[in-house]
Amino acid sequence: MPSLLRLTWLEVKIFVREPMGLVGSVALPLIAFIGLTQVRANRLPRRLTLPGTGLFDVAFVPVLASMLIVVSTCISLVTIVSVYREGGILKRLRATPLRPFTILSAHVLTKLLFTLFTVLLLVSAGRRYYPADASFPVADFIVALLLSTWSVLSIGFLIASVAPSTRVAQPVAAVILYPMLGLSGLFVPVSTYPERVATVIRPLPMTHAVSLLTGIWHGEAWGAHAGDILALVIAFAVCTLLSAVLFRWE
Amino acid sequence: MDDVSFDVEQGEIFGLIGPNGAGKTTTMECVEGLRRPDRGKIRVLGLDPDRQSRRLQTRIGVQLQQAQLQKRIKVREAVRFWASLYPNAIDGDHLLERLGLADKHNAWFMTLSGGQKQRLFIALALINDPEVVFLDELTTGLDPQARRAIWELVRGIRDRGKTVLLTTHLMEEAERLCDRVAIIEHGRVLDVGTPAEIVRRHCADHTVILVIDGGDEVDPVLRSFRCVTAVQRDGNRYTLTGHPPDFVTHVIRGLVEHRLHVDEFRTVLPTLEDVFLRLTGHTIRD
Repeated sequence: MPSLLRLTWLEVKIFVREPMGLVGSVALPLIAFIGLTQVRANRLPRRLTLPGTGLFDVAFVPVLASMLIVVSTCISLVTIVSVYREGGILKRLRATPLRPFTILSAHVLTKLLFTLFTVLLLVSAGRRYYPADASFPVADFIVALLLSTWSVLSIGFLIASVAPSTRVAQPVAAVILYPMLGLSGLFVPVSTYPERVATVIRPLPMTHAVSLLTGIWHGEAWGAHAGDILALVIAFAVCTLLSAVLFRWE
Repeated sequence: MDDVSFDVEQGEIFGLIGPNGAGKTTTMECVEGLRRPDRGKIRVLGLDPDRQSRRLQTRIGVQLQQAQLQKRIKVREAVRFWASLYPNAIDGDHLLERLGLADKHNAWFMTLSGGQKQRLFIALALINDPEVVFLDELTTGLDPQARRAIWELVRGIRDRGKTVLLTTHLMEEAERLCDRVAIIEHGRVLDVGTPAEIVRRHCADHTVILVIDGGDEVDPVLRSFRCVTAVQRDGNRYTLTGHPPDFVTHVIRGLVEHRLHVDEFRTVLPTLEDVFLRLTGHTIRD
């Protein structure tokens, strides 16, 4: 087995042994999703009339839950990388024949695996609690979510690269990622913001992740979201390049 | 670091010694290929650690100062994973047994004691049957008993034909464990040699401490002994200094000849600690 897969498997096992990690990245999005479906079933469609559209989007709850996975996964990555750095774990791993790329990729892969696991839980929960909208392209949606997670994780690496300590890294990640989600167009369409705000929001990967996920949920073609995909790839490339320059192993 | 030069012979335990912040770890990390020196030349097993680090990695074993592993990694998982990284890995279970960790296979790293963690790190450093082993402040923070057990393990590594390069700020450790040492302070090498050579070179004098209840007549008698170069008196306690090798013998002979009644007799041999004080003007703990 290649060392990337060995290390990933090791990290998966280690992550599962930490109860709080599992609660944060698996249980919370799931609970949020089930809670939201209940609220929606009773009241949300009548109350929440989105400006600009006038309609409650049925993709809102699944996309929000998915984005919560993305954000919590990313915060978890930031935390783990900074804990590993502070504890000298990264340094110890680097003093082996492992390539630096392998050490960091194992964390991305681990996070993508947990994203996959959590979204599969959401899908099965949705079958039960969200029956009206059960017909959506499940496989495509999952691929879109993994792509979004992969892109946003690169922001996590960038934060972990510059954060001076674990104590700082986690709140900084939350302060950056949650507002990014808030402004992503999920709650209020980007077009309703003043032009100056919209200019800032538009290139952010979360905005494109939300657009992609919503579109795919509604059964739109991938080709219609080529711009979103390109933006996610560019965000990944930019953040990864910056991290490569700024990343500290100790 | 400035003008640090030393050679380590195959099959010896070589110590870089000096206070914290002297540059021991920096030097060691350059030799291991973990850090790039601004200039100078380093060869380990004929390889350049900076440019040929991957080839070197498989032939050396490394234990880093204050390194940790994942809190919840199991001892056996760590050893097996490390073993999977090297083409020349030895049997991990047997290694753990040799290091006294056989009953800790399934223990999480976070549950190990300080000594057990260090033994695990030694296991990881030995898993690829390395030719050279690097140990950085291996026993710092351990109690004396655990420390002695680790020393025994390190001697065992050398006795299997490996070369060991270690750092320590404990002079006792350096004296008991190292075949040769380099004293480092402020990024410079002050001296290189066996601990005994270095002590002889810098602190030639030996000391005898005597307690003699004999009033003021004792002092001049002691001063008349052969080989005695200085006498310090503090009440009825005398500290005699002189040159080896005959100094102590002459003191004993003199005491017998003059029929002095001695309550206490103690010889004090200089240590690396004294050398350090002599060379730098301060003790290693300052």
